[in-house]
Amino acid sequence: MSLELNDTLQTLVDGLTETFSDKLIEVYQSSGDTFVRVEADSILEISKYLKEKQHFVFLCDVFGNDRYTSDERFEVVYNLMNLRTQTRVFIKVRVEEENPTLESVSSVWKAAGWNEREVYDMFGVRFENHPDLRRIFMPEDFEYFPMRKEFPLLGIPGSIELPNTTPDTE
Amino acid sequence: MKVTDINSRVNPQFQVKHQRSIYKSLEDKHTTIEDVDIDDPLNAKMILNMGPQHPATHGVLRLVLQLRGETIEKTKLDIGYLHRGVEKIAENKTYQEFMPYTDRMDYLSPYSNNVALCLAVEKIASVEVPDRAQYIRMIGCELARISSHLLWLGTMVMDAGAISFFIWTFREREKIYDIMDQIAGHRFTVSHSRIGGVANDLTSEASAIIKEFITKFPQELKDWHGLLDRNRIFIDRNENVGVLETDKALDIGATGPVLRASGFAVDQRIITPYSKYDEVEFEVPTRLEGDNLARYFVRMEEMKESIRIIQQCLDKMPKGPIRSNNAKHAYPSKDEVYYSMEGMIHDFMMTDTGICPPAGAECYHAVESPKGELGYYIQSDGTGHPWRIKINTPSFRNLQVLENILDGEMVADTVVVIGGVDPVMGEADK
Repeated sequence: MSLELNDTLQTLVDGLTETFSDKLIEVYQSSGDTFVRVEADSILEISKYLKEKQHFVFLCDVFGNDRYTSDERFEVVYNLMNLRTQTRVFIKVRVEEENPTLESVSSVWKAAGWNEREVYDMFGVRFENHPDLRRIFMPEDFEYFPMRKEFPLLGIPGSIELPNTTPDTE
Repeated sequence: MKVTDINSRVNPQFQVKHQRSIYKSLEDKHTTIEDVDIDDPLNAKMILNMGPQHPATHGVLRLVLQLRGETIEKTKLDIGYLHRGVEKIAENKTYQEFMPYTDRMDYLSPYSNNVALCLAVEKIASVEVPDRAQYIRMIGCELARISSHLLWLGTMVMDAGAISFFIWTFREREKIYDIMDQIAGHRFTVSHSRIGGVANDLTSEASAIIKEFITKFPQELKDWHGLLDRNRIFIDRNENVGVLETDKALDIGATGPVLRASGFAVDQRIITPYSKYDEVEFEVPTRLEGDNLARYFVRMEEMKESIRIIQQCLDKMPKGPIRSNNAKHAYPSKDEVYYSMEGMIHDFMMTDTGICPPAGAECYHAVESPKGELGYYIQSDGTGHPWRIKINTPSFRNLQVLENILDGEMVADTVVVIGGVDPVMGEADK
């Protein structure tokens, strides 16, 4: 599939190819948005590079995604914006199901703090060197990660009792 | 007793681990190794829990403040009291079924939320929307913006001490509710925008009351400017309060009026013009001070610009269909459903399966909601249900800003700063 990249994105892809040639996995586009997938262990270096050299100064969002596959189950997506040329790019990394850990980027963009807490709360991906990695929506006593695909809509152990499904009469 | 050892002094009765961890986290924020007892012989430090049921926190927001006298030394926010897991719900609904849930996210401007979801789904499924529907959506969005800013204005000024002002802004909000009633048939949670268009056309009554509103509202705005712009009490309460410096604003991830009041003209209507925003003229108001007063001026100007946009939309709005004619993309009109077999089948299919974007497609679309950038990321697996919807909500990000700008403020200014940041917990907690 051919890519339609504007100047900023072209510079970004060229720069990444040059500096992190062994860390860049793929670049693809979908519905007009550009996604760049990189190796999980280099996310902090790449974040620094993007902020300092490519002027992606604005971190809009960080979110998780459960791919529900046997290898590299969880995906964390960083939604970045270059305000000079007003271009948006998505950086993706994938982590394993067993003990998913990533380096926190909150030292690069302070805004990542709460977003990473949300990813941890919802998917259980832990962020190393995060200043305050606690759950954000659910209470600390909660034992599950609700956005994982296997988490049910109803019937969580320890939750409120389910309504009776058999009719009262009989 | 040492104030830093909060956990030994409190005895939480519910969600014990959660309570303990938030006190621990407050303790750890910019950690210092000072001995508080010697430093604080008068025992002027205290921990103040504000919320989650505090009337001035605009919903279920909980702040844990460490005070020294009347100054806030540090703050931690506890959110999630209104967490309903809408992203999880979305994964188990069709796109159209999820629409009413978006109303209940930012319940102060439901229309913008509907449009945000519609635009994202339309982007991922390549749905064409007729021009007239796009103009109707813009009118709805701008009315929602005014309505949301009116609530902010009323409550923020009330937080600063003026009660009667609240009644005046609510009188105008009531008019917007009446307009929404005419446009959509609902006053509050409208769900008017549909994938592929809007639910129904503007009636002549609706157009008439919108026109009446936009001719009368600027005078109200002018009166409020007259009352507040040079009001000494108001300025004393807001100037240099809750300052977010320009060089920190981007780093901490502020958005919407909070970011614009710190000097960045970031507006999704300009960056990625959706609907017909590239065909109307409007300004993006910015200020440089970054304090609460700057946020006041930015929002007041935005209301004025909204009126300008609505005026232009009414002038430019073409006649024509209000929904996509493609049966795979949008619901057929009720006439078709009632009087033709095919229409009925299409209606059934839309309700049962819904719209199916291509498998593996991903998209992100952001709109400028009254609170800031509201973005929907959708990943499709080819069925009628999204594989993943992530909602990037402005209130969540602005609350993170709040946690940082409160440090060093006076405790009496807390409610004013919360009012100035204008969070909606329904949106922040998702």
